[in-house]
Amino acid sequence: MVKSEFGYNSKVEGEVIVTRADAVVNWVRSHSVWPMPMGLACCAIELMAAGGSRFDISRFGMEVMRFSPRQADCMIVSGTVTYKMAEVVRRIYDQMAEPKWVVAMGACASSGGMYRSYATLQGVDNIVPVDIYISGCPPRPEALLDGMMLLQEKIRQEGGSLRRTFRGRTIDTKIVS
Amino acid sequence: MDAAAFTQKFPQTETLASIDMPTFKVANAELVEVVRYLRDTQGFDLLADLCGVDWPQRTPRFGVVLHLLNTSKSEYVRLHVACEQDAVPSVSAIHPGANWHEREAYDMFGIRFVGHPDPRRILMWEAYPFHPLRKEFPLAGIEVPFPAADVAAVTGQKVEPAPMMGGPFVSGGGHMSNAEPQALDQSWNEEKPKS
Repeated sequence: MVKSEFGYNSKVEGEVIVTRADAVVNWVRSHSVWPMPMGLACCAIELMAAGGSRFDISRFGMEVMRFSPRQADCMIVSGTVTYKMAEVVRRIYDQMAEPKWVVAMGACASSGGMYRSYATLQGVDNIVPVDIYISGCPPRPEALLDGMMLLQEKIRQEGGSLRRTFRGRTIDTKIVS
Repeated sequence: MDAAAFTQKFPQTETLASIDMPTFKVANAELVEVVRYLRDTQGFDLLADLCGVDWPQRTPRFGVVLHLLNTSKSEYVRLHVACEQDAVPSVSAIHPGANWHEREAYDMFGIRFVGHPDPRRILMWEAYPFHPLRKEFPLAGIEVPFPAADVAAVTGQKVEPAPMMGGPFVSGGGHMSNAEPQALDQSWNEEKPKS
């Protein structure tokens, strides 16, 4: 059963819709996710394909790829994160304004993938909190879109504060509205 | 290529057996002169490759192999150089393309290139204490501090040995057809945890 987030009655004069502030805020946020394309390897090619007309990520309100972390909400880590690059990934994550989300796209970003070596970070969740993991090597654009829609679902279920866990610690971010 | 003129000009040069291209072992001190002579006199105007080699049983242990291409005659020549005190003269003044190759050989093997204009690491970060392509270095890596101290302070992350079990880069040996990829280190697995 879908929990209704708003009340509307056509008999009420003046077309009043009753809802919660959180529901409105989450609805707006989930349909205006501005991704930060952290393209590090071949997954970034599929990410670009998802932005093209065939798959068209803009159908879901996420076409505004921002290459500045200060204008982005969601970092899509697409590719192999080496230890040398991990520092940069974390710094860019730190520069993004709250609320922010992270999608680990593909096997490498999720777990290090096939790169079990001295140079590769074994999963980007070691350095940033990840909301959605997408399997595949690389995932097809449909898989990315599915993951992003799951992220929208997650955003819509968030309460008055953002709560995420990272390495066993719970991080709360208050939303001032 | 005119091998006779070449070996006559550089008598210390030793001709090595090779199935594909003329191959010479060049004296360490003569390398720059040899490469310049081959470029200016014999037309080997392109440095196709330069790489380090690790021979743990040999003395000196490290060497460098260069492949030079004559672009008008489509001829290759291969040069072997043994390191002296882990060092080889840099040829990046003659072939600028050698610059990054030499930095990579330095990064991966610890071979110093004397006279290199910018002798920094190129793949690993500058503070990394090892040279990962040396034979004794484990593929999984060795635990060292994270490259950025401030990121490490926030995340508690270190550079850790990667889990090799079930990984793609190790096989059990024997014939390729029946070598199922498996962990080289079989002392621990799902049933028998690492002690």
